[in-house]
Amino acid sequence: MLDLTSPLIIGKYTFTSRLLTGTGKFASHEIMREALAASGSELVTVALRRVDPSRTGDGDVLDFLDTARYTLLPNTSGAVNAEEAVRLARLARAGEMGDLVKLEVTPDPRWLTPDPIETLRAAELLVADGFTVLPYCSADPILCRRLEDAGCATVMPLGSWIGSNRGLRTRDAVEIIISQAGVPVVVDAGLGVPSDAAEAMEIGADAVLVNTAIAVARDPIAMARGFALATEAGRLGYLAGRAAPRQEAEASSPLTGFLR
Amino acid sequence: MSEAAGGFAAELAALDLSALAARALEATDSDVDRVLAAQQLGPADVAVLLSPAAAARLEEIAQAAKEQTTQRFGRAVRLFAPLYLSNACLSTCTYCGFAKDLDVVRRTLTVAEVTAESAVLVQRGFRHLLLVSGEHRTEVSADYLIDVVRALDPDVVSVSIETQTWSDDTYARLVAAGVEGVVHYQETYDRARYADVHRAGWKRDFDRRLAAVERAAASGVRRLGVGALLGLAPDWRADVIAVASHAAWLSRHFWRTDVTVALPRIKPSASGFQPVVEISDADYVQAMAALRLGAPDAGIVLSTREPAALRDGLVRIAVTSMSAGSSTEPGGYSHPGESQQQFSISDDRTPAQIAAMLAAAGYEPVWKDAFSLRPEPVRF
Repeated sequence: MLDLTSPLIIGKYTFTSRLLTGTGKFASHEIMREALAASGSELVTVALRRVDPSRTGDGDVLDFLDTARYTLLPNTSGAVNAEEAVRLARLARAGEMGDLVKLEVTPDPRWLTPDPIETLRAAELLVADGFTVLPYCSADPILCRRLEDAGCATVMPLGSWIGSNRGLRTRDAVEIIISQAGVPVVVDAGLGVPSDAAEAMEIGADAVLVNTAIAVARDPIAMARGFALATEAGRLGYLAGRAAPRQEAEASSPLTGFLR
Repeated sequence: MSEAAGGFAAELAALDLSALAARALEATDSDVDRVLAAQQLGPADVAVLLSPAAAARLEEIAQAAKEQTTQRFGRAVRLFAPLYLSNACLSTCTYCGFAKDLDVVRRTLTVAEVTAESAVLVQRGFRHLLLVSGEHRTEVSADYLIDVVRALDPDVVSVSIETQTWSDDTYARLVAAGVEGVVHYQETYDRARYADVHRAGWKRDFDRRLAAVERAAASGVRRLGVGALLGLAPDWRADVIAVASHAAWLSRHFWRTDVTVALPRIKPSASGFQPVVEISDADYVQAMAALRLGAPDAGIVLSTREPAALRDGLVRIAVTSMSAGSSTEPGGYSHPGESQQQFSISDDRTPAQIAAMLAAAGYEPVWKDAFSLRPEPVRF
């Protein structure tokens, strides 16, 4: 019997949902809140650069997140080197936002590709400082090994460029990463439609993170629900164990059929 | 003049803006089809999007620009406020209300006055500030700017400057003090016209100004703002093409640097300057949409120079960053009406009204989208 309820375990944290979501690019905080509810997500990433504890009145993004329902995953987006990422993570922890951190070090503002060298360096510093580190990284099998060796709680290879909605363009590399990983593999970035999430889950990813595709959809709430269903469907497809694909049609008994 | 040898100046020399502008007038409907289907646009493609043939299809072009903007930037608009430090100026630019030869009340804020102005802006919701001044190297020195940046309200997380151009060393010092962005509009890329309107002073040197953003990027500045002042040169299309090319060149050569672009139109000022060409609102929308498609990764900035209805429309098409409730006189937030303003504004809605407009249009007003680069931040 398949264990369909096996939880996603990240460090000392346990989750039922395997769809992680983000909070950026939504038209309003209210739509974000409804879309997150529709996604069923339990782990929600928040850009520290968007958090404004001093804001009063119309509210800050954190005012719209029910922390009893969601575990916050502060991210270091905007950091261009290890020092900035570490500084941001420490400010977040000092601000009572917990020890989880989604490490993003993206010195290139156009493609927002993660800097592998600075990401690894920051991961080492943050793990040594007691953080539970989830690094956004290139789909590079060796880099993922190095991040795992450094003590990261997951690896988060990109499916395609962040915000690009291009789908799982890195599939071949992600398959290698999954086959090697001893920590959960979360495919982050670039998943554009629910079937992309299903594809990532079917090849054995432990979870997916989706933000832009939900936030920018014409109906973000419906899209969030679509991703939730697809993530679950993909997980089931993986656990069920697919039959091997073949190039050509194959009769059930091609060699011995004449005996019947 | 050695700076003219390399950098974007060399590319600009090779661009042949007048040929491109001619193309912008001759392009056909099928040229427009081809450009709208293309993946990456070059200067000749931007020229096509500025053509009368494209003007006849403005709605279609605006839709394409909107799609590009939404995909790249989401349904969010970054808000900022200009903070005028000084209207003292040693340059004579014929279109500017701060020009040296004008008989206007001059004022440079003390550091304490700047702190007070920043506190007013923080109270109104702003966390991103653009420090603006005339060009006066003793009144607005590098040391003064650094003192000002250090003394800003602690809730200010993003500081950009729009001042005179500086040396590499000074840009590096400004970066170390926490300056995130540098804005140096070229005003016009037409060298002859540039010489006509920049009659004297530091700004008269076209190549020094053009190279300054490159020096700033090389010195570690993260956000560069470039742009042209439409109405200054006879061929506004050529300047739009040049801005798109400039942004693309900077992105190629400084991969760590974020580039923003702007196309302000000349406004009335104490200078009495009259635009040499009228750019209609429809032309302006076409220019902004063409710029979005020609420079898809560049943030597009729109100031309160433009009227409310046009600003509301452009947010839905191409704009990603707006000022709101702006004063263009030094000290104008704490004590309005005591100094000379640089130019008159057209959209006088409050920041809260702009935020409400954005929300009603389906965009999140983004008050904070940065963490402080100033040393020893106490918050993110």
